[in-house]
Amino acid sequence: MTDTLTIEINGRACEASPGEMIIAVADREGISIPRFCYHKKLSIAANCRMCLVEAEQGGRPFPKPVPACATPVFPGMKVQTRSPKAIEAQRSVMEFLLINHPLDCPICDQGGECELQDVAMGYGADCSRFTEGKRVVMDEDLGPLIATDMTRCIQCTRCVRFGAEIAGLRELGGTGRGEWMRIGTYVDHPLTHELSGNIIDLCPVGALTAKPSRFTARAWELTARDGIAPHDGVGSNLRLHVRRGQVMRVHPRDNETVNETWLSDRDRFSYVGLNGADRLTEPLVKREGRWVAVEWTEALTLVAERLKAADAHATGWLIAPNATLEEMYLAQGIARGLGCPNIDHRLRQRDFRGEGADPRLPWLGVSIPELQSQESVLLIGSDIRAEHPLLAHRLRQAVLADGSLTLVNPARVDLTHPATQLAQGPAGMVGELAAIAAALGASGFGILRNVIAGVKPSAEHQAIAASLRSAGGNDIGLILLGALAAAHPDYTLLKALAYVIAGFTRCKVGYLPAAANSVGAALAGALPGVLPGGEPAARRGLPVSDILAAPCRTVVLWGLEPDLDLGNPRLAMDALAQADFVVAASAFRSESLESVADVLLPIGAFAETSGTFVNAAGTWQSFQGAVPPPGSARPGWKILRVLGNLLDLQGFEYRDTAEIRTELATQCAAAPLDNTPVAELGVAPLGVGEGLVRLGDVPPYAIDPLVRRCGPLQRTAGLATIGVWLNAAQAADLGLAAGDVVEVSQDGPVVRTRVLIDQRVPFGCARIPAGVPGSETLGDQFAPISIVKAE
Amino acid sequence: MALNQQQNTVCLRTLHLPADERCTLAAYRRLGGYAQWERILRDKVDPSTVIEELKLSNLRGRGGAGFPTGLKWSFMPRNAPGQKYIICNSDEGEPGTCKDRDILRFNPHQVVEGMAIAGYCIGATVGYNYIRGEFFEPIACFEGALQEAYAAGLLGRDIQGSGVDFDLYTHAGAGAYVCGEETALIESIEGKKGQPRYKPPFPAQCGLYGRPTTINNTETLASVPVILERGGQWFLDQGRPNNGGTKLFSISGHVNNPCNVEVSLGTPFRDLLAMAGGVKDGRALKAVIPGGSSVPVVPGDLMMETDMDYDSITKVGSMLGSGAVIVIAEGTCMVKVLANLSNFYMRESCGQCTPCREGTGWLARVVGRIAAGQGRPADLDLLESVAGRIGGRTICALGDAAAMPVQSFLKHYRDEFVQLIERGASHAA
Repeated sequence: MTDTLTIEINGRACEASPGEMIIAVADREGISIPRFCYHKKLSIAANCRMCLVEAEQGGRPFPKPVPACATPVFPGMKVQTRSPKAIEAQRSVMEFLLINHPLDCPICDQGGECELQDVAMGYGADCSRFTEGKRVVMDEDLGPLIATDMTRCIQCTRCVRFGAEIAGLRELGGTGRGEWMRIGTYVDHPLTHELSGNIIDLCPVGALTAKPSRFTARAWELTARDGIAPHDGVGSNLRLHVRRGQVMRVHPRDNETVNETWLSDRDRFSYVGLNGADRLTEPLVKREGRWVAVEWTEALTLVAERLKAADAHATGWLIAPNATLEEMYLAQGIARGLGCPNIDHRLRQRDFRGEGADPRLPWLGVSIPELQSQESVLLIGSDIRAEHPLLAHRLRQAVLADGSLTLVNPARVDLTHPATQLAQGPAGMVGELAAIAAALGASGFGILRNVIAGVKPSAEHQAIAASLRSAGGNDIGLILLGALAAAHPDYTLLKALAYVIAGFTRCKVGYLPAAANSVGAALAGALPGVLPGGEPAARRGLPVSDILAAPCRTVVLWGLEPDLDLGNPRLAMDALAQADFVVAASAFRSESLESVADVLLPIGAFAETSGTFVNAAGTWQSFQGAVPPPGSARPGWKILRVLGNLLDLQGFEYRDTAEIRTELATQCAAAPLDNTPVAELGVAPLGVGEGLVRLGDVPPYAIDPLVRRCGPLQRTAGLATIGVWLNAAQAADLGLAAGDVVEVSQDGPVVRTRVLIDQRVPFGCARIPAGVPGSETLGDQFAPISIVKAE
Repeated sequence: MALNQQQNTVCLRTLHLPADERCTLAAYRRLGGYAQWERILRDKVDPSTVIEELKLSNLRGRGGAGFPTGLKWSFMPRNAPGQKYIICNSDEGEPGTCKDRDILRFNPHQVVEGMAIAGYCIGATVGYNYIRGEFFEPIACFEGALQEAYAAGLLGRDIQGSGVDFDLYTHAGAGAYVCGEETALIESIEGKKGQPRYKPPFPAQCGLYGRPTTINNTETLASVPVILERGGQWFLDQGRPNNGGTKLFSISGHVNNPCNVEVSLGTPFRDLLAMAGGVKDGRALKAVIPGGSSVPVVPGDLMMETDMDYDSITKVGSMLGSGAVIVIAEGTCMVKVLANLSNFYMRESCGQCTPCREGTGWLARVVGRIAAGQGRPADLDLLESVAGRIGGRTICALGDAAAMPVQSFLKHYRDEFVQLIERGASHAA
């Protein structure tokens, strides 16, 4: 593709690549050609006919106007996009598009930002020649995220092609012929795909609009501010559409190396949680069991006094992994300034054995676009579509390009492409990896020797090993560790086996971050054993499990809810209840915080503070606050900065987040992200435990306080609710059937819930999600559980 | 040059046999059937010699477009690796056309043999015969022939020890006219909604399941065994230069004896009309749609001086199309004829391209309104304008097919439209 050719558009010479379509060349040259069905990220349909142009080749004009979106360029081709013939063709198509369109712009949510409206201004007539009755189309109920007005549909099929090509799930299709052709689900059902909201952006008219935001604001009332999505490790680039200090809706901002032009539903709709009723709007202090609103000075003076007075080694700081880089850096600065090394952001990680051997600055291992070109990927412990919808999309593209994907998970997960899934429960994950290692001829070292020697690789393991070896040899093989691995009781062992496999295949090892700023947390030093910039700490502090198990007498909670965001909520709540002093900085009120905390500090949530997130691929993405925090809530960094002053700590003179970032960036300059372990890992397997084992995955809309408060996302089909999912054989074995009420417990309080049948869950396991209401009194995500039928 | 006066000598050559024998393998073999296929298998005939013979015969696609068959076969990357397909288009949805139906009913083995030879020549080991869903009897006949051919070892793997594989399947359509368009037909076989694909790429590069594919009409494929048996020159001599061979015509409308008849290309329309028993009830001939509903209408007097071949029909401003000759007698309201046609295209547009999806409905409504006496003087210019804005602006030819009748009816019979509009208006007054 190095050779280029020259064509002429409207008399202007344009460089083009062989095989390129006229419209792509014109777009690059800034020559506008009207279009509806064409989209640069979708296949070419050539059905709207709006982009008809006049063309000639070798001096011979094409007999008819040609669609610019589907006509490849040839050397010497001459194209006229504005000749009388071309304009006539374009105006003709516009007339046809409008005859059955309701032209209800004044009551249409798309009005003012509608492609049809815009193009009609240029190519439509002021008066229609069509005097017959117009078509009416019944609406679809696509669920709580997308509103439909199908009468407005111009059948461009962008939404249909998105489903088939990008999402991989054909939830929408065209049915019927001729003018009865309609877009719909055929059998009524809400859309379930985690990227479904993108069809709102793709729809060139007001047929598909955002249900949460429609009828709330006009496009011209909104100010667009740039932002970065706060949930997963992609760090999708956003435009926050703001009116009078409120985020009204969120759109994607193009960035080819991050989110292309897409956005996950979580990143698109979670802003709704910002505008909820349970925002924390003023500092609160608990006095004799009652919450009293106080001034900032009073609250922070109290916090400073108590932190200063506390035993630093019995103090713990737990920071949410989607806090900003600046917040993390200041928080660890205060903790360490007071002599407290106990600071952690790995809220759901359980196994910290061999932590000293961990890579200090772990990351994805490749850039996000590079995921698409991997030949073979081994994904360990990840429901990738739930954790990182847009990375799942990249991996799907890799598979469609003949790559292969293997998943080692506790249970099968739903994918939209072929993959090998090894899913034999949490305990089985170690065995499966050991078998792949054995298939590679690895014998392991130390304790791993026994683990690997104890398994017999099957033909499937041999095939996976061969695929990884071939890919690794070509430098396009990758082993990724995800959130379900991090919550595993033998995470250390899973990591060790991953590195053994990597060593034998020359595949890279990568880490899927738990949240938007997990990579940044390591850079900022929000780890017990790592200082800012990746320097090892002279004295290693306690990881999250020990902060809670010891337990610490004084605890700082930053941006999290202890009963939903920690790996073992019961242990966490017990520990916090026993603590002498708990201060929680939070954007939201919550029962659990109010029960365990002594001071509540209102902080600005996503979109309400400036800061930086470092995404999975190590890209630093800074943003400004788009709206002010509610009431007297303040951006977190400002609170920490003042707290630092009150504690008389050195260097807390920052005027803005840019200064903090610059200071940290200097320290990080010499510290590249690196997944090489600093020592050999290897520990004895702990095992998951005997009997029926819980699979406690965190559903995609339960991962952080903001998304849990997004009503529309919570109303999508059963994604964030408690329940017991069993396979049919396991249910029969327990004498249970779908719909039965059961009592569930993990050596603690009993939770009543219902049984659902799910054949993806292996025998011996019960899926009971974590992070969802009802799961607060349960224990570890992967641990023995008792289930009895309720009387 | 004198034309062969014999009828039904190629595709319908079994027609003279008793009804219970026509479809059988034994009867077909008695006529020399499968001899060409067996010869090709035995002698490992070079596909290029078959293609040369077809080029000599001047066989042109009988589905309507009239593309030279030998040339089409030569486009296939025969020796490229991977699966290739041959598809027989028996969708036959064009109003007025029912010739393929009779080939499948009366001579199905010849289609099987033609497809096998085609598959051999283009390097396809799998073939599909896509038959219009409403053709219950033809589907059964073809399926029966297929079973017989398999049982006789004429199809399958390593046929007669030749090392040649050819598997053939019957695929019933689901009633969409547009699936007769070759790429919509491919989509339909793939299990998708039948709508045409944008070309290029053409099926010869990227067809069924993304593989090189050749699609021929039933009559085209059924002609192949006879061409190979009697020679390309013989076939060419049946017709005229550039219009070689015989052609099946389906004569319908106002005739005394609607029928299918296979005659030499170049047969005068006058003779063809006589074969159908002349215009019904001795009425005068008003107009003829000579090639299926989507081609322009031709006034009767012009038609009576015209011969039935590709070039002659083009000279009178229409097309030979699929060979469906629709005869319209004097006294027929042309507005109502057009209303019927326009309604058909509105119903059968696939709905993909804007001009066709929206425009066919617009045309049908306006023509329908005029036919109902509610026309307006401006309607005729509107119809011409809308038809002009559909034609040539769509992915497939359905848009043109909807536009051409409107344009030709207005060209030849504008006064009838004007009268109806004026009378309708005066009635209203």
